[in-house]
Amino acid sequence: MSTSRRVAKQPSWFSRLALDHVRALSTTLAQLRSRPLGTLLTAFVLGITLALPAGLHALLRNLDGVGGGLQGSLRASLFLKNSVDDETGAQLAKRIGKRGGVGEARYISRDQALAEFKAHSGFGEALDILKDNPLPAVIVVTPDSRQPQAQAEALMKELATLPEVETAKLDQQWLQRLYAILALVQRVVLLITGLLALAVLVVVGNTIRLDIASRREEIVVLRLIGASNAFIRRPFLYTGLWYGLAGAVLGCLLVVGAGLALAEPAQALAGLYGDSISLQGLSFESVLAMFGVGIFLGWLGAFWTVSRHLSGIEPD
Amino acid sequence: MSDNAPDIIRFEQVSHRYEVGQDILSDVSFTLARGELVFLTGPSGAGKSTFLKLAALLARPTRGKISVDGQPLDAIKRRHIPAYRRQFGMIFQNFNLLPDRNVFDNVSMPLLIRGHSGEDIGRRVRAALDAVGLRGKERAFPVTLSGGEQQRVGIARAVVAKPMLLLADEPTGNLDPQMAGEVMQLFMRFNEVGVSVLVATHSLGLISRLPYRILRLDQGDLGEVRPAVPPEVIAAAEAAGDA
Repeated sequence: MSTSRRVAKQPSWFSRLALDHVRALSTTLAQLRSRPLGTLLTAFVLGITLALPAGLHALLRNLDGVGGGLQGSLRASLFLKNSVDDETGAQLAKRIGKRGGVGEARYISRDQALAEFKAHSGFGEALDILKDNPLPAVIVVTPDSRQPQAQAEALMKELATLPEVETAKLDQQWLQRLYAILALVQRVVLLITGLLALAVLVVVGNTIRLDIASRREEIVVLRLIGASNAFIRRPFLYTGLWYGLAGAVLGCLLVVGAGLALAEPAQALAGLYGDSISLQGLSFESVLAMFGVGIFLGWLGAFWTVSRHLSGIEPD
Repeated sequence: MSDNAPDIIRFEQVSHRYEVGQDILSDVSFTLARGELVFLTGPSGAGKSTFLKLAALLARPTRGKISVDGQPLDAIKRRHIPAYRRQFGMIFQNFNLLPDRNVFDNVSMPLLIRGHSGEDIGRRVRAALDAVGLRGKERAFPVTLSGGEQQRVGIARAVVAKPMLLLADEPTGNLDPQMAGEVMQLFMRFNEVGVSVLVATHSLGLISRLPYRILRLDQGDLGEVRPAVPPEVIAAAEAAGDA
């Protein structure tokens, strides 16, 4: 002990900060592990809260995939004017077929159309009564399935205005409805996600609030011996971060588990549609997003609580 | 810290009152010289605790100026208070130890908040525990210790970062006379190596035989009971008293 305080070898600003963080990280982890049940329960609530939007999102992605798989059936029938002869019609079909964004353009001549109609409609004999072939020639255009839907639609509309085309029928209404429903559902999922994010904040915030209350004495002593606000706050922020991380891990497990449970019936359903669509689980991006969001919300919930409650605790 | 600042603590006409009621301190002027040990006495509620709180920036004076080690306290902003408090050690009547931490962890707290490395902390904590006679009690929890031992842990915590000043608020208030005597001995030992010490206490019997300046706070007024006396005088007085 001496009056002139010995100038100790001071570690650099950065290494001190790093040391402080490593210490807060390990002490909070040890604290959480010392009461596993409470920690697990909180993490479980967070896990469910994170799993719901992630699961809904995965569901949407699957439905979107189904819609995308059916985009091949987006077709336009271009009914040609009667003045257009077979040769011109066939050439027009070839020209259309070479355009970008068009997957296939098939020319059906008036005679072919009549033959097909006779074969499939069951009105064969009745049609014989007619003097003239009433059916127009048709070019059936299928857009390139890799194209986005809006672009395919624009292309179809453009083709409908060709001079040779009498009328065009866009065979896509039901698909538009599906997309409209999906857009609505997407919006609903977004809303639910927002609400659940708020729920995560509240759950973490409340847990940290109780934590602060139970460690009031320690906070007072730390203030008395000159601990900075950052020092006092840090362990609580890390606790929130750990909760978020644990919640994300549990949430991922829940979504993966739900995916496994749903895989078989989904396969059966897809089979009924004669499709080979298989259920897609969580994408890597979703897992990453869940961890990022979980950790961030955990930290934010803690930060929010700490800034409201910590300043009120002062030595009396 | 500049060494040419003569006084560690300086109160200039300091008054303090809480929201309601009369002045707890009125027009108090006081200096604690560098390296001095002073006892502050007075009945309960006379303002001893308030006096220490003002010095520790746990409260701000209503009027007057306080400076510690040459820094005027009114210039210290709220966010700089923690850094200010790291310059001295505080000792409390109720010890203020954390019951869920062992002795080592309690004593090491001031070093943790200063960002010392683990090795350094181990060395300094053992030295501080050695100084208060608690070597080997590192792993004990506060509840398993006697009151005197707990207070010595509190003192070890206050001195572990080698502060230039100790502020003690009724450090012996919860201790029996023998333990109280041991605690006072510790303050004297730290003072001998140059630490300035201000002890608020009402155990007059214990301190009257010690050679230090004694002040008395009564109804907000500060007066000097006795200046510092040479140890020989005390010894002579005791001899006369015994005869």
